[in-house]
Amino acid sequence: MKSKAFRILRVVAFYGALLLLWQLIFEAHLWSPYLLPEPTTVYEALRRYFDNGVLWESIQTTMQRMLIGFSIAFVIGMTIGIAIGSVRWIDETLGSLVLGMQSLPSISWLPLSILWFGLSEKAIIFIVIMGSIWAIAISARDGVRNIPILQRRAAQVFGASRWQTIRYVTLPGMLPSMAQGLKLGWSFSWRSLMAGELIFVSVGLGHLLELGRDLNNMSLVIGIMGVIVGIGLLFDRLVFGPLESWVQTRWGLAGR
Amino acid sequence: MVGPSGCGKSTLLNLIAGIDRPSSGELLFDGHQIKRAAAERVVVFQEAALYPWLNVRANVEFGLKIKGTPKKERKQIVDRYLELVNLTRFEKAFVHELSGGMKQRVQLARALAVEPRMLLMDEPFAALDAQTRDLLQLELQEIWQRTGATIFFITHNVREAALLADRVFVMTPSPGRMKAEIPVPLLRPRNLDTHAVVDFAAEIRAALQHEDYTARTPGARFEI
Repeated sequence: MKSKAFRILRVVAFYGALLLLWQLIFEAHLWSPYLLPEPTTVYEALRRYFDNGVLWESIQTTMQRMLIGFSIAFVIGMTIGIAIGSVRWIDETLGSLVLGMQSLPSISWLPLSILWFGLSEKAIIFIVIMGSIWAIAISARDGVRNIPILQRRAAQVFGASRWQTIRYVTLPGMLPSMAQGLKLGWSFSWRSLMAGELIFVSVGLGHLLELGRDLNNMSLVIGIMGVIVGIGLLFDRLVFGPLESWVQTRWGLAGR
Repeated sequence: MVGPSGCGKSTLLNLIAGIDRPSSGELLFDGHQIKRAAAERVVVFQEAALYPWLNVRANVEFGLKIKGTPKKERKQIVDRYLELVNLTRFEKAFVHELSGGMKQRVQLARALAVEPRMLLMDEPFAALDAQTRDLLQLELQEIWQRTGATIFFITHNVREAALLADRVFVMTPSPGRMKAEIPVPLLRPRNLDTHAVVDFAAEIRAALQHEDYTARTPGARFEI
């Protein structure tokens, strides 16, 4: 096990080398500068959009859509998943529909969404919901099913009501599956949100990408792509990473 | 309760616990029919049916939480039972960090904490190594002497039966019937290796193996 400082240094060196490589390719003039700008130009483009407030506003708008849509998907998806996981006839009916729906890329909902909701916030949030709801429902179903029967029975012998069993056993017991499912659902939603914003919605990171294309501003396009990756990483590190490692320490799954 | 595998010992335990319902006949607990599971009859399962997301203390607290015991009271009760099973030092540990014997002690403490009238133990020590099993048997004897709870204990191990029981019930397989009731008049505390216990174990084994021993007729009433 190397020291922490060494590992951080290694990561920094890796990205430094990547930037250097980019710079070298740029210097080689294989492509014209407006097809492949150099790193500093990209940084300046981002800087300009940050200074005039457009970038920050776009990030806020995009994250707001994401959070609203994902929260709704979480509540509905959990409910569906728990119902499918606990009740046989619901599994046999709704369960197959959920499995089918999951195979549908959520951006396929876009035409329907536009016809239903028009070119509005509702339409794009609908896409976000459709992106993650099925993944969340399926992982919730698996979570319920993976709870050992003895754990539920143990609650029963203490006289737990059905509601108490759900609250004290089912919900916490689902967490290992949920940690995976939430992450998956988040990334599905994130992708479809970008696609949706790219195609039709004004304001938002996807829209900035589209703007970059319209203005032939490659620096902006590359910069925004970087921002999108950065936000993805940020959520992974700040939300899903801690959740997973919490589950691993509690359940003792680490190092397996 | 001793008997070969498949004779219905666990089924009987589940019926008494109220987890399963009888297809016919009735079970009376203190003169009242057993209709559902309740905290007055708590089960200690063979495998640790503990909750991995809770630490040892919170696991012991679980039954009290279900019962709705106030928080302050819960703390005192949990402290007491953690001490009874010698786990005070491990109250912050997670389930996967515990040995098999410790897990069973947590289960025992969790069950005792709600102060059940009857403790139902379904081969609780069967999955443990021999040394841990011996140790826990003696601990259980001591705990029983201190708390006085009625314990319904299923086992394959005749020595365990001779050590722990006041009365041993022997069951026959297919159909599962009650074959014999053997009172154990030995004084307590008993020790695993005393002649009295070993001899008595032999007697139980004989009753188990004796083919001619006619099973009692179904429909009879048993007091446990």
